[in-house]
Amino acid sequence: MNSLEVSNLQIWDRHTGRVIVPDSSFRVKQGSCLALVGESGSGKSLTCKAIMRLNKAGLSQSGDIVLDGSPLSQLSEKEMRAIRGKRLCMIMQNGMRAFDPSCVVGVPIRETLSRHFGWSRDEIAARMAEAMTSVMLRDPIGIMNRYPHELSGGMLQRIMIALAIVLEPDIVIADEPTTALDTIAQFETIEQLIRLRARTGCSMIVVSHDMAVVRRVADDMVVMKDGVIVEAGPVRKLQSDARHEYTRRLLGAKLALQQHFQAVMGGDSFVDRNRR
Amino acid sequence: MLIVTGVDQSYKEGGLWTGTRRQVLSSIGFEWKQGECLGIIGESGSGKSTLGRLLLGIERPDRGSILWEGRPITDRKARAGAISAVFQNYTSSINPFYTVEQALMEPLKLLRKNRREDNRSAIDRLLHQVGLDSSYRGRYVHELSGGEAQRVCLARAVSTEPRCIVLDEALSSLDGSVQMQILELLKSLRTVYDTGYIFITHDIQAAVYLCDRVMIMRNGRIEEIVATGDLKETQSPYTRKLLEMILA
Amino acid sequence: MKLLQRIGQDKLSALCLLTISAVLIAGLMAPLLAPHDPEEVHMELRYAASSSEYWLGNDHLGRCMLSRLIYGIRPSVLAVMAALFVSAGIGSIAGLLAGYFRGMTDAVLMRLCDVTLSFPGYVMTLAIIGILGIGLENILIAFVLIKWAWFARIIRSTVMQLADAEYVQFAKAIGVRNRTIIVKHIIPVSLPDIAVAASSSFGSMILQISGFSFLGIGVQAPSPEWGMMLNEARAVMFSKPELMLAPGIAIVLVVSAVNYLSDSLQIALDPKLTASRRTRYEEQRKAAAARLQRKEVV
Repeated sequence: MNSLEVSNLQIWDRHTGRVIVPDSSFRVKQGSCLALVGESGSGKSLTCKAIMRLNKAGLSQSGDIVLDGSPLSQLSEKEMRAIRGKRLCMIMQNGMRAFDPSCVVGVPIRETLSRHFGWSRDEIAARMAEAMTSVMLRDPIGIMNRYPHELSGGMLQRIMIALAIVLEPDIVIADEPTTALDTIAQFETIEQLIRLRARTGCSMIVVSHDMAVVRRVADDMVVMKDGVIVEAGPVRKLQSDARHEYTRRLLGAKLALQQHFQAVMGGDSFVDRNRR
Repeated sequence: MLIVTGVDQSYKEGGLWTGTRRQVLSSIGFEWKQGECLGIIGESGSGKSTLGRLLLGIERPDRGSILWEGRPITDRKARAGAISAVFQNYTSSINPFYTVEQALMEPLKLLRKNRREDNRSAIDRLLHQVGLDSSYRGRYVHELSGGEAQRVCLARAVSTEPRCIVLDEALSSLDGSVQMQILELLKSLRTVYDTGYIFITHDIQAAVYLCDRVMIMRNGRIEEIVATGDLKETQSPYTRKLLEMILA
Repeated sequence: MKLLQRIGQDKLSALCLLTISAVLIAGLMAPLLAPHDPEEVHMELRYAASSSEYWLGNDHLGRCMLSRLIYGIRPSVLAVMAALFVSAGIGSIAGLLAGYFRGMTDAVLMRLCDVTLSFPGYVMTLAIIGILGIGLENILIAFVLIKWAWFARIIRSTVMQLADAEYVQFAKAIGVRNRTIIVKHIIPVSLPDIAVAASSSFGSMILQISGFSFLGIGVQAPSPEWGMMLNEARAVMFSKPELMLAPGIAIVLVVSAVNYLSDSLQIALDPKLTASRRTRYEEQRKAAAARLQRKEVV
């Protein structure tokens, strides 16, 4: 059973006529994690925003997007809004820019949860506190009363993951979740994403240009180049047996770096701990 | 060559008349030797970017001294042409109204070493050295991709043949394959120009690849300074935790 | 110049530039252009309609409307422009110094701005006129004394962002002097903002001078000034509305032209915005060429 099926997705710029994504089709299996991989400008973020129909006004899209059997492309904006967050949740790349800088973090969270579920303030606080403790955020109430610029990038990412835990969506889309983070925060965010999947059983789409993240977290992988899907398949299989030359180049990009590091560390003792 | 002793730095929080200060760096002291590549590794909040700005002489520390060949680094004439920088954000590293050619000419004009014709051929040479062709001269920054823009910044940094280049998270905004290319470029430029680097990053693998020595920073203090080859035998628990968390 | 070229690309802004230049030149060459003496009274020609000799007719004292309009450019447009440049200049310098050097310089200059801005504009102008006396020069002095703080605030916020940019940090790092950085990096990049602030001010300044002349404390009779001409036409507003038309339309035209020009100036000064207006053909041509010689370097 497929959680999400995207068929013949086309995205083009209405003003210049330029076609950014000519024809994309892929599917996300129930409970699995699909990685959208590619370099900057390959159209991965645009594809995710197209699924949620959140692209800029100048971009138009066509094609079928089916979520658990119900088609999304024909829904009105009002119906789409009811689905966003509740069934399709997005975790943004840059936590600092994802939150309104003029109000505390708790405000958009309360707004979202009361809009979707109609809970009272106390109930929202209780549920968020529980979710935030499970993503290793201490003092949840204190954090909810802080402004985004007072929190670090890693903490903001985890707040978004905590919100996803409470919303219990069908699909979580994580757009470059680790790109703006440093080493320790990256590691913890990936841990939290894996735990999120285990806890809620949702399917996931992870966008990344970092193959290490993909290897850790994804089951299947779609490789995009200049808007076109050049190869798709399970991560394990593509890692050893990629057919397209671009895929092999992406996978092997930082190979020299990793091999050098392993050699300096004298064997696999440190790095192996991270392998699945 | 570059000697840092007892540096403290703090920033005022709040408005003009409040007194709270946030301590960003405490008791920083180390030495950068001529021609070596020193990696400064730290997480966000460790103070490494502030240290980068102090090393370039852009800011003054509250306490302590930073000496370049015996003279304070904040002395403009002491460091002119000897030290250079490449920053993380390539979109704002070059004046948005400048073409590539104008950006590259800026440090050359500062030294006023050569005549105009020599400068023009110097620009071609620099572009070729970083893997770009002469057609890039007339382009503006917003027309370049990330890798291209960072290469231009690198060309601009080596144009004065400096003794030391400070790379402040220069690779962090780039894609994986581009990072590798720039790392290789840095290695080759080091042999061509015999210049040293101070490589500030949070990516330990890249630092290990490029550097001879690494300095681990934590909460504004130096955790340890160790040669790259001795990293696996580190005793510091923080360093061990960092090494374990590397995603491979 | 490249700048003029870029402005010329947009037909409407080229038209505005021509209009404003024509108005300025007409004002400067008023003695040569005006057909009659603007202050010459012909009581027998009061309220005359337009004729072959007097193209725009005559006002309530029989004076030539066209000549008064042309001579009126001097106080209404030229003098205002001079005052604008002076106040924008002072304000920009103050804002630049405050935004670039921060610290004590910033604190002192901004407190000065705060004090200046806390006085209501019109009241201050009236007070200064009360001290210095009636007249156009004094109104302009009052403007300069008040408006500079407004410019300083706007420029300061722009410069503060620019001074933090990496290219300024790089210039400082390699040892470029502060004044060179300001001249080469800060001023050119903040020029669009200064231009927009100045031009939006221009319109309101013209209207204010017209307003003060309307009240009778600006330019004194019999000197021609557009606002005063509106005042004189007010008395016969319903019986002879055409007398208000000439100065009214002149004011509207000049103010609109300046506003539109400042918009296109902002676009013309910024290479990013200019590039996005290139024709589709150019883009396709460049894309094709790039594909032919694309290297595997990103």
